[in-house]
Amino acid sequence: MSPQVHPWFGAWTLFRKELLRFWRVSFQTVAAPVMTALLYLLVFSHVLEGRVQVHGVSYTAFMIPGLIMMSLLQNAFANSSSSLIQSKVMGNLVFVMLTPITYLQFFLAFLAAAILRGLVVGSVIYLVAILFVDLPLVYPGWVLVFALLGSGLLGAFGIIAGIWAEKFDQIAAFQNFVIMPLSFLSGVFYSIHSLPAFWQQVTHLNPFFYMIDGFRYGFIGSGDVSPWLSLAIVSASFFVLSWLTLRLLKSGYKLRS
Amino acid sequence: MTPAIKIEQVHKHFGALHALKGVDLTIAQGEFFALLGPNGAGKSTLISLLAGLQQPTSGHLSVMGFDVQRDYQQARRSLGVVPQELVFDPFFNVREMLRFQAGYFGLGRSNDVWVDEVIEALGLTDKAHTNMRRLSGGMKRRALIAQALAHKPPVIVLDEPTAGVDVELRQTMWAFIQRLNREGHTIILTTHYLEEAETLCSRVAMLKQGEIIALDSTANLLNRFPGKKLRLKLNGSLPLALQPLLRQQEGEYVVLNLGEVTQIDTVLLELRQAGVSLQDLQLIESDLEDVFVDLVGRV
Repeated sequence: MSPQVHPWFGAWTLFRKELLRFWRVSFQTVAAPVMTALLYLLVFSHVLEGRVQVHGVSYTAFMIPGLIMMSLLQNAFANSSSSLIQSKVMGNLVFVMLTPITYLQFFLAFLAAAILRGLVVGSVIYLVAILFVDLPLVYPGWVLVFALLGSGLLGAFGIIAGIWAEKFDQIAAFQNFVIMPLSFLSGVFYSIHSLPAFWQQVTHLNPFFYMIDGFRYGFIGSGDVSPWLSLAIVSASFFVLSWLTLRLLKSGYKLRS
Repeated sequence: MTPAIKIEQVHKHFGALHALKGVDLTIAQGEFFALLGPNGAGKSTLISLLAGLQQPTSGHLSVMGFDVQRDYQQARRSLGVVPQELVFDPFFNVREMLRFQAGYFGLGRSNDVWVDEVIEALGLTDKAHTNMRRLSGGMKRRALIAQALAHKPPVIVLDEPTAGVDVELRQTMWAFIQRLNREGHTIILTTHYLEEAETLCSRVAMLKQGEIIALDSTANLLNRFPGKKLRLKLNGSLPLALQPLLRQQEGEYVVLNLGEVTQIDTVLLELRQAGVSLQDLQLIESDLEDVFVDLVGRV
């Protein structure tokens, strides 16, 4: 056996493999979600620009951070969940299961790849959007923190979905019936102050709301709630989901049964 | 010397099914070992436990002295498994996939020479840059074997490696596996092709319904049937005097056990005296299949 064995080289390799996997099909994994987000932008800004102001900025400037975050979250989820379900259905996950990679390393490799996919998609939408729209960037630090935590949260959620699901349509159900409604109803397209009191309360139970509100705060400098509250809730959700994912991976649930 | 594989009192339950019933097995380093048994005997379960893909209900397994649960990282570094199913990653070509596989075991650039050697030895050089999806079934099988060898493990498990594989690949593959065995790698083989086990393996374990029913050198197992078999197609029924030699009925043929070849004279004489004429006659050597059929059928 070759002598140089670094304990983290396996995890690093798995991360590189996950990265290359989505990069090979970047037309589908990056270009397609960017296209979708830009279509939303085009339609909504055409309809509402000039008529509505939210938090003291134009409607388009209000909506773009929400759109970026929504795409970032959906793609982080899609990356880890689709990679896992694909290699489970194809059967090639066994090649990772046979290796000395620990469950923590497995988690971190999939998580890091999901975060990176989210950041790539989000960055491309941002870069394209600022060509057409004058978008403020008040607190870049908040933007980065919420981008990382949000994509990490959804990346971990994607790992859980990938472990649990046995078929592609179960992942699609997750996307269509959990991720999509939660992201659409979280204040991407509107300020929750425009909602009736009851629905405002309901929105406060949606973790996506805090991710989007905190992220948007970084751009426009104001939000529906304090960014610190959002940070606390998003961080707590991230740690709970990560802990749950690690528990599942450690037990070998559905992977080493 | 540390055994390559040590399995002690391993039980595995799947709900009500008792798949492995206290299996004990020690395989020395450098052995070419066959694990035989009918479908559902527990061979694949045993391999999954060795590879850490499943956990035993009770008992211990170790690879090169490393417990597969407690020291799982070292145990997995010591083991290369060729799975039965043709599974592959559709995103990568053969060389990329093999380098990734070695990378999972912590091996970087310095291992690329070995990866290329495996590619060449298995006749995959022309396909090194071909996406896994585009390979034929036989080529996928080669890539699967290469993948198990990417980290140069001292112990190699081949689970039905020649199922549905053409003659050319079998020869290439066995030549390479035999070379690895000569270089000191321990090889464990499960197969339905008993003649392969007979030619290649020095020791055999036969598994039936989760228990080892025979464990011996191939030579000793074959000695259980020292004689030959006589396969006859007769015009009439087997004379009473020959009934004690009857081994089995195979369609229109009867198969007789012969202690020695000279017994043929007696058989022919008895047939002539009984007025039964011969349509066909074949003399067959005993092989591992006889031992297998005998043991699996009897126990």
